[in-house]
Amino acid sequence: MFYSPVITNAAEAVKNEKLHLFRFVEDSEQVKIGTYEAHGGYQAWKKALTSMQPAQIVEEVKKSGLRGRGGAGFPTGMKWSFIPKDSPKPRYLICNADESEPGTCKDRVLMERDPHAVIEGMAIAAYAIGCHRMFIYIRGEFNHSIIRLETAVKEAYAHKHLGKNIYGTGYDLDMVVHSGGGAYICGEETALLNSLEGERGMSRIRPPFPAIEGLYACPTIVNNVETLASVPHIINRGADWYRTLGTEKSSGTKIFSLSGHVKRPGNYEVELGFNLKKLIYDPAYGGGILGDKKIKGVIPGGSSTPFLKADMLDVNLDYESLAQAGSMLGSGAVIVFHEDTCIVWVILKLIHFYRHESCGKCTPCREGTGWLEQIIGRIEAGGGKPGDIELIEDVCGNILGRTICPLGDAAVMPIQSAIKHWRDEWQFHIDNKKCMVKTNFEFR
Amino acid sequence: MILNDEAIAKIKERVGLYPQSKSAILPALTIAYHQVGYLNDKVYKDIADIIKVPCVEIAEAATFYTMFPKEPVGKYLIQVCHNISCALLGADSLISYLEQKLEIKKGETTRDNLFTLVTVECLGSCATAPMMQINQDYYENLTREKVDKIIEELRAKA
Repeated sequence: MFYSPVITNAAEAVKNEKLHLFRFVEDSEQVKIGTYEAHGGYQAWKKALTSMQPAQIVEEVKKSGLRGRGGAGFPTGMKWSFIPKDSPKPRYLICNADESEPGTCKDRVLMERDPHAVIEGMAIAAYAIGCHRMFIYIRGEFNHSIIRLETAVKEAYAHKHLGKNIYGTGYDLDMVVHSGGGAYICGEETALLNSLEGERGMSRIRPPFPAIEGLYACPTIVNNVETLASVPHIINRGADWYRTLGTEKSSGTKIFSLSGHVKRPGNYEVELGFNLKKLIYDPAYGGGILGDKKIKGVIPGGSSTPFLKADMLDVNLDYESLAQAGSMLGSGAVIVFHEDTCIVWVILKLIHFYRHESCGKCTPCREGTGWLEQIIGRIEAGGGKPGDIELIEDVCGNILGRTICPLGDAAVMPIQSAIKHWRDEWQFHIDNKKCMVKTNFEFR
Repeated sequence: MILNDEAIAKIKERVGLYPQSKSAILPALTIAYHQVGYLNDKVYKDIADIIKVPCVEIAEAATFYTMFPKEPVGKYLIQVCHNISCALLGADSLISYLEQKLEIKKGETTRDNLFTLVTVECLGSCATAPMMQINQDYYENLTREKVDKIIEELRAKA
């Protein structure tokens, strides 16, 4: 069956035992449960369920320092510990597989090539929070991921890793593969909950947080695919081992989706703290810039994160270093663009996206993203007016921090940083009614 | 009923998986879309009858999600990603190329009803850009040569 031809560094992961997420993603048999089990699969789930208490698992994951890989970077174990101990309601675990942050294409690889790792991580998380029915919400366009997961879930039931009285412990766990409608906003956890309930995917006001009142108003944990796929390794090898990976504050490995003007775009699993320049230029990873042109800038963590200029790229890819550089690790989607890229053109692509994906619930985001697209669109089309930059800044300032969910912030943070870094280019565009640099990308 | 027996059975099976049957709406819409090719009021009515919720709730959800076409499209729905990672590798020129090749503008359907061409937002295939989705399948790392071949094969298959 078909899967994405995306490049990965699985060959490196086979040799380097620190890399664990990608070890088997180039093995076409890995999707089969027999192969997954032969590679040590479901050992962590068995260990967790038969020899650990839920609270112990939460503690172990807390101790590991694992943080959410979907974008927000919230400590995973801490999130789990917010589930009320005394609630009589059922609890739910949801795996967020609505991967749609522009630049991000990592969860799809895990689902298509190592689906049982996702299921195993989910099972452990479900047990840790006392959940008996867990869901994976996969964006509707990922038809192949959906089929892969559905097939894998059937196998997991047949091998009694899911279902009733698992491993004779009396613990029951069911899993549902849910297909979404391809809306970016449904990657935001409260919008995802509404969507999973059959509603329009609009975000909810917090509090209450999902851990208290989530799916069907019951305690719910929503975790990203990569986060959950990391969990079995923490259970198998322990939090202390996991802490030896990455940096002191950003432990573990992370998959970076490298795209744009690089010679070898792909998905690369590296330890957190890996150097960004190395990721872009090293022949084992990005291999440098297309046509050996000069790099102009990078979006380091998905389209919602502030830009880094060419002189800011000697930075390490971990939560703290990127925050210090004025950006964010986000989902780990590194988008690279070279000197022939007009920054206004880039921003127009992005704001068009956010305007399209705004759920429309709150005014600053619904109206603001539309205004921004109009203003930026007219600048790009050669109709910019004096004062437009200030107008954009004003609109951005009235969106940032004033919306129910982070989509509003996500829309404006790249714009603000693009104006900060390349203000002269924006001004040139308005004054001369054309791009400062030629943007004309032909496909091959 | 517009939905065939297979689709109805699949939707009924979905309903049983959720503590609240309304959760089956989105999967049901997907099942219906895969069978019919697009969604309309008649499809909503069918789904409402199976899931047993008011028809308006089906329509309310369906109209939020742009993944589902709401009017007939060609046999092959070509969705080209025009977001940033694809655009950096020539998505705009890919769209123009398809417009020329199929002799339609984006948003239109060819006269023989074979192809509809639309642009979409990021489909999560950024490191294999530029890309397009045709019906349920992704086509990645596109070149002129590949596009020619894909269109040729689909024409031959139809």
